[in-house]
Amino acid sequence: MITFLTKGLLRDRSRSLFPILVITLTVTLVVFAIGFMKGTMNSLLLDTAVILTGHEKIVTRAYNEESQLMPNDLALLNADQLIDDLNHEYPDFFWTPRISFAGLLDVPDENGETKSQGPVIAFGIDLFSENSRQAEIWELDRVLVEGTLPQNREDALISSKLADQLNLSVGESVTFIGSTMDNAFTTYNFNMSGTFNLRKGQTDKQMMLLDLSGARHALDMDNAASAILGFTHSLYYDDDAAVTLRTHYNNTKSDSLDIFSPFMLALRDGNQMGAMVDLSGAMMAIMGGIFLVVIMVVLWNMGLMNGLRRYGEVGLRLAMGESKGQVYRSMISEAVIIGFTGTVIGTGIGLALTYYVQENGIDYTKGMEALSSSSMVMPNIFYAQVTPDLYYIGFIPGVLATVLGTMLAGRAIYKREMAQLFKELET
Amino acid sequence: MNTKTTICGFIFFYLISFLMGEESITVEELLKAMDANLYAKSRVLTSKMIVHGRRSSRTIESRNWVVGVDKAFTEYLSPPREAGTKMLKDGDKLWTYSPQTDRVIQISGHMLRQSVMGSDMSYNDMMEDKPLTDLYKATIEGSKMIDGRKHWILFLDARVKGLSYPKRRAWVDAQYLLPMKEELYAKSGKLLKSTSMDGVKKVQGRWFPSRFIFKDALKRNSKGTEWVIDDIQFDVEIPNTRFSKAMLRK
Repeated sequence: MITFLTKGLLRDRSRSLFPILVITLTVTLVVFAIGFMKGTMNSLLLDTAVILTGHEKIVTRAYNEESQLMPNDLALLNADQLIDDLNHEYPDFFWTPRISFAGLLDVPDENGETKSQGPVIAFGIDLFSENSRQAEIWELDRVLVEGTLPQNREDALISSKLADQLNLSVGESVTFIGSTMDNAFTTYNFNMSGTFNLRKGQTDKQMMLLDLSGARHALDMDNAASAILGFTHSLYYDDDAAVTLRTHYNNTKSDSLDIFSPFMLALRDGNQMGAMVDLSGAMMAIMGGIFLVVIMVVLWNMGLMNGLRRYGEVGLRLAMGESKGQVYRSMISEAVIIGFTGTVIGTGIGLALTYYVQENGIDYTKGMEALSSSSMVMPNIFYAQVTPDLYYIGFIPGVLATVLGTMLAGRAIYKREMAQLFKELET
Repeated sequence: MNTKTTICGFIFFYLISFLMGEESITVEELLKAMDANLYAKSRVLTSKMIVHGRRSSRTIESRNWVVGVDKAFTEYLSPPREAGTKMLKDGDKLWTYSPQTDRVIQISGHMLRQSVMGSDMSYNDMMEDKPLTDLYKATIEGSKMIDGRKHWILFLDARVKGLSYPKRRAWVDAQYLLPMKEELYAKSGKLLKSTSMDGVKKVQGRWFPSRFIFKDALKRNSKGTEWVIDDIQFDVEIPNTRFSKAMLRK
């Protein structure tokens, strides 16, 4: 029966081609739009995750209490072993150490006297490890304005805003003035290997990036880290999974009586990030829901119109002796085949498109640069995201709406009066 | 009749004083006596600062040359990471030199109220020395026996602007005439720091403690910092060259 109907659909393209095209197009649109919205929301969260919170963050309990002060005397010790354990136990994430610290940057003149000085917030990130993805997630190749990426532990990247403020040029030496992990006074010379611009408003106004080894040396933090950040391999933040992992880790690995015990925080546990995550989830649900309903109405209508358009054909088939039930079932079967075919093709194209934008993004840099004076942290390249639900979401409008439309239209079959058929066919 | 009344008055006053066990000392005399013990035109000292951190304790040894409130020079002697670091204070300016960077860096004036090497002491606590009589007007709030020793309770209120601690309350040992315990307040009355001293001994004819304990009230969970004076000399002639920037690199 299915073969018969399929052959019929293939041979009579007026019945199949247009509906399949419409379904393909709308399903593609649904899949891509939802993937893009999810990707965009994820991009917003990813910026915060990369700079501050990770998808998961492990700090000591005491550090968590005073995190605004960047208290490195409360940092995690034996960080390398901790990361090995995390990689082994939670392989769905990649784990990376981070040292966050603040102080003053002092620029010397030709006599070594202070020429200029300004506050700095620095991040020691793992740039040199073999499998490190830090340069990738910070998009250092893209944000580098001048110079080169750090090549050794004395090298540092300084934000172009801070470099301008201190009148610094690439290759110059700057002295960091701050405190070691033991709160001892420290000064340390860094070579400015390059400048960067994150293009995220005022976020990088006082920022310096350097390799973890340089931060450890400058702050006397051998094998220590302010925090260990965890990211999913796909860089997609799944709030439910993150919260489950955080709860499990804290229940099994963290000792509430020990202030130096490691303590895990999900991205949503950061400052106001919970509200942000909830808001983005709600926005996604509302926007996605409205979009899905609109698309369903379109396809429903198409199914309905398709059924009504075949009024004459149905009459002829009834006149030739087919039962009303047979005609109804065959029309629904055709709708299922058309809906299924269009949905599969549409999902395929939608996924391909989403994957392309996931990998390449859509660059809004120029538009975002106009906002660079604002304090809003915005990504300038928007990426889509292929998520598991994209594989089936298209079937809701593609198959369900089409079939429902056809079912509604098909109700007319049962209202046809057999006695009137030939009269109708004559006209 | 008048002479009789005066004599009776004196007898009554001394009787009351005797009964209450209090000696008659004016607040000015008390402040002067404290200054005579604590203040010197100059001093050279070698000290250890034991910083009790939340994880461990560190001992930092240094040698200081101090003249009044304006000039001070500090050279750190140990541990190895800090050894060779020098600091010069001249008025409200502070320069530091560290051998690791081979740089002389000027640090802005507000740093003088910041912690020295993560301790509970500020640069001003360590490097300033000026008579209390010049800085504060004082009132005696009463007296109290602490560990069997009589202490005057003194409240000091700044008479000049810009002091690190505009208000302070001191428990002054009646024999040593030293503030064995002090609470240092901001202008608003907020407690900033508490200090205590012990190990009092005679040095160059004055009573002087060999150990101070500072506790920064603004630092959460602070375990305090001990400042142990190993050696101190008062009113030493310190050449002006000691307070030149050139000395930082030497």
